[in-house]
Amino acid sequence: MDKKLALYICSGCGIGEAVNIEKISNIAKNAQRIPVVKSHFALCAQEGVDLIKADMANEGVNTIIIAACSNRVKTDVFNFPGCIVERVAVRELALWLLEAPEDIQLAAEDYIKMGIIKAQKSELPEPYIMETVKNILVIGGGITGMTAALKCADMGYNVVLVEKEAQLGGFVNKLYKQIPTTLPYKEPLIVDTDIQSMIKTVESHPKIKVYKSSKVEKTEGQPGAFDVTITTNGSSEVVKIGTIVLAAGWKPYDATKLEHLGYGQFKDVVTSIEFEEIAKKNNGKIIRPSDGKPAKKVAFIQCAGSRDPNHLPYCSAMCCATSLKQARYVRQDDSACAMIFYKDIRTPGRTEYYYKEAQNDAGVMLTKADVTGISDAGNGNLYVEAENTLLGEKIKVEADLVVLAVGVVPATADDPIINLQYRQGLGLPDLDLYNGFADSNFICFQYETRRTGIYAAGCVRQPMNMSEAVEDATGAALKAIQCAEHVAKGQAVHPRAWDLTYPDPFMQKCTACKRCTEECPFGAIDEDEKGTPYFKPNRCRRCATCMGACPERIISFKDYHVDMIGTMLKNVSVPSEDDNPRLIVLVCENDAYPALDSAAFAKIKIDRAVRFVQLRCLGSTNLVWIADALSRGVDGMLLLGCKYGENYQCHFAKGSELANYRLGKVQETLGRLQLEAERVQMVQLAIDEYNQVPKIISDFVERVKEIGPNPFKGF
Amino acid sequence: MAEQAETSLCRVVVVGGGFSGLTAAVDAAETGAEVVIVEKNPYLGGRVAQLNKYFPKMCPPMCGLEINFRRIKTNPLVTYHVASEIESISGKEGDFTVSIVKKPTFVNDNCVSCNACVDVCPVERANDFNFGLDKTKAIYLPFNQAMPFKYVIDTAVCKGASCAKCVEACKYNAIDLNMKPEKITIKANSVVLATGWNPYDATKMDNLSFGKVKNVITNMMMERLSSVNGPTAGQIKRPSDGKVVNNIAFVQCAGSRDENHLEFCSYICCMASLKQAQYIREQNPDSKVTIYYIDIRTPGKYEQFYWKVKEDANIQFIKGKVAKIEQASGDDVEVEAEDMASLKKIKTTHDMVVLATGMQPSGATLKVQGFKYTDEGFGIEDKGLYVAGCSKNPMDVSKSAQDATGAAMNALTSGQRR
Repeated sequence: MDKKLALYICSGCGIGEAVNIEKISNIAKNAQRIPVVKSHFALCAQEGVDLIKADMANEGVNTIIIAACSNRVKTDVFNFPGCIVERVAVRELALWLLEAPEDIQLAAEDYIKMGIIKAQKSELPEPYIMETVKNILVIGGGITGMTAALKCADMGYNVVLVEKEAQLGGFVNKLYKQIPTTLPYKEPLIVDTDIQSMIKTVESHPKIKVYKSSKVEKTEGQPGAFDVTITTNGSSEVVKIGTIVLAAGWKPYDATKLEHLGYGQFKDVVTSIEFEEIAKKNNGKIIRPSDGKPAKKVAFIQCAGSRDPNHLPYCSAMCCATSLKQARYVRQDDSACAMIFYKDIRTPGRTEYYYKEAQNDAGVMLTKADVTGISDAGNGNLYVEAENTLLGEKIKVEADLVVLAVGVVPATADDPIINLQYRQGLGLPDLDLYNGFADSNFICFQYETRRTGIYAAGCVRQPMNMSEAVEDATGAALKAIQCAEHVAKGQAVHPRAWDLTYPDPFMQKCTACKRCTEECPFGAIDEDEKGTPYFKPNRCRRCATCMGACPERIISFKDYHVDMIGTMLKNVSVPSEDDNPRLIVLVCENDAYPALDSAAFAKIKIDRAVRFVQLRCLGSTNLVWIADALSRGVDGMLLLGCKYGENYQCHFAKGSELANYRLGKVQETLGRLQLEAERVQMVQLAIDEYNQVPKIISDFVERVKEIGPNPFKGF
Repeated sequence: MAEQAETSLCRVVVVGGGFSGLTAAVDAAETGAEVVIVEKNPYLGGRVAQLNKYFPKMCPPMCGLEINFRRIKTNPLVTYHVASEIESISGKEGDFTVSIVKKPTFVNDNCVSCNACVDVCPVERANDFNFGLDKTKAIYLPFNQAMPFKYVIDTAVCKGASCAKCVEACKYNAIDLNMKPEKITIKANSVVLATGWNPYDATKMDNLSFGKVKNVITNMMMERLSSVNGPTAGQIKRPSDGKVVNNIAFVQCAGSRDENHLEFCSYICCMASLKQAQYIREQNPDSKVTIYYIDIRTPGKYEQFYWKVKEDANIQFIKGKVAKIEQASGDDVEVEAEDMASLKKIKTTHDMVVLATGMQPSGATLKVQGFKYTDEGFGIEDKGLYVAGCSKNPMDVSKSAQDATGAAMNALTSGQRR
């Protein structure tokens, strides 16, 4: 595109009074050769927008720099499709954060100059379009997988459903009865499952192809163009897949590890799963394994393995309600009683009503207890030994059958399941953070993992009950469809779902150092046979971490590249006086920058030494920027990014952490310039910590002042 | 009332612009649907905008809201109406007619958030965003990171044309004291109800003395007292005298799991109190915390969050229901409870007491015409009418996000079947 630039400087919100607009206009016209430079008292008003639109129509202006307020406000107003639009936050960064008139003027000049450079070096995006398919692969044919499959198929998408067992239905198949799915919880408190009719619907659905006794052997490629090898009884088939719902479910915790609860030692100690099988096989009659006699006093031990640092360090969420349900099986025989020993009864939300119904039944005894052991009562029965109960300090209760409410272990705990042929590994990363579950680190974005186009649902993601699993599957189905649609258009997915750019490496200059392939948080870059990086753009989330990692600086986006930011930094003014340092602060646009905006709005003043530059993510920080700026006399650089560590807040998972990791190596860069590594620092700043901004800045200014002025100043 | 005809056919109307509504809206829009959000408050973000941190990560809610706001700003398929309510929903799945009434905020889109109006406004009002713990002017910005970033006039206290100082101060003609309600009618294939929840009215629990005994606050007030953008700039000080809180008690199930109040478990309160215990422990190393509970309910991965808090020797857990709260000397608060383990009656005294008040679905107090509700006030789904988040069941933010994405899927499927 032949660019025609125009600079519009707003004089509203006090900018006109504080800033010499004429001076800036003249610099822009004469030094930076901007053909159209105009000012208006309220650019965001209709008249201001009309002024810009008239220049687009009459002057052919297509690259617009708006020097006014933050790009986080009036976004809808300054929306000119087909044009490059650059916003310069003169109001927030110069007028509101600074105090002295000369500082405001100088900052406004710097920020506008940087905005012009950014616009000059930006191009309109051209999406990466490749041939894609929109078929959805669902791994797992339990209630979660079948729900996801039906949702996608009903929306018109072709679904491939892979189930490892010979039949669909998963754990629900094993159930004798289930808790009613609709309220209120009144008799009958146990109802038949509907799983057979669901299986029938799935198997007869024209849009769903079912593979039973099958596994995903490998998944190659990228969203929109996955080649998935499905193995059935030894024979393999490759299927083209767009996106994937991972609904591989769970298995019960291995009860043989629960010797202290008598499992394996006593025949009449069974798991909750085995208890279901007993009830199902005998059509509701509870027959104990040792002698085939009906069980009349059944003890349920909650948290068998769960909430236990030696076993499962989490609550399995479903077991309290399951035992309350199984107590109903026992109570189908009026003369039988059920005893539930719990740490806490956890029936959150309206499952509380189900608990309450049990409390109203005299044949269901409930007590808080720490079960210490199971022993032989000598008469063919067992003793449950417990302490800290509501019935007394130490108790011994006789039972003729003991049920261990065993916990949930996700299928991904010891099997990658999806078998991704990615350089970074076969499974979803970070599973150890979530005890093996294919969970998300993001509270707000539950389906976001570090593998694009793969969405986990059901008990493989978190322990949950059946109705929660159905809801979860419904959401995952949407995410899978959304991703398939986006990649078909060459559009990114969350968190930059609007983005049409993609990383475009200049491969002739690649040295195959592999930093990009190692650092990409999303495993988007593989290597070919020769070890050369091979970009898979549909896996990419556009954080530009690869751009930051690349020592050859060859990875670029149309509107974001190393040269663009580098040139901006090189053009920041550097005061000549020794006691007046210049510091550049690189700011994450997602969290730290909004915090700055809030500080500005609160009219919190900061040190005049700093200039802020927004980055997509701190992960995109290329060390050459630091060399560029410091070799021009800038005294120090500060990076403001998201919290990292196990509770990381970076929307790209690893960006801020990688920026910090790279800074560990900055001495290498600065050593060549004979500069101190302390001149560069990273500080973690959350979006709500805007009140800390002035202190972070002034502390850093002080530190840099102690080091002394940059010897390159004035060169 | 001014009538505005809007004939364009949108596919999904989302009632409620809190976390569930925003999630349903952006997820539906990013899958290609046209979406209209209708929010009662003059800002988006709902209940989570008032929270200081999320459990278990102790991260700020604005972080996720900011991303969702950006998803809205960059997506032409999403429009939103704040200070708006549903007047009626008629028709059937695939062909609903939704009438929306947009209440006047008296500030138009010319507003640049320069704050000149606030500087001249002579009238103050209790700040509802901060549960009355501080004041704003009659013209105010709902909070410092509000979306839209635009002022609002509270007509209940504004002196109107007789004053009009703000009108004079505004250089951008952004204030229009004659603004009238506006009616908007749109066609939709489906509607998602995501109207969220309100804290259960703590004054209804006579024995817990909220509003009668000084320094008894609710957990939502505690969020505001801990927030940097709250009434105390994040310093936890008690309301009566501003004393730094050293010794605090949390009363769990305040109104929840109680047949006289909310019969269900409100899901979030255990985690919320564990989180708030950390607020105070982090601010004040000598502080002491007592938590009165029936069961500690930290399902799934939240268990480890519980363990972390339990490790702190300055946090004491007592299984027992609180019977009575009374004023002690020097504005302190006395809590009387029965310890269920020892079966003994105990009394403890604290600087401040937080009632972990439950989550009452908004449908208990305000029903959206066109939807059916349970006795508790939870929305009931029907063909083309879906319910997401806390208007459907008590749940936390992460479950709301997940549930809302599911609701978006159902809403889109409705469109497909049309």
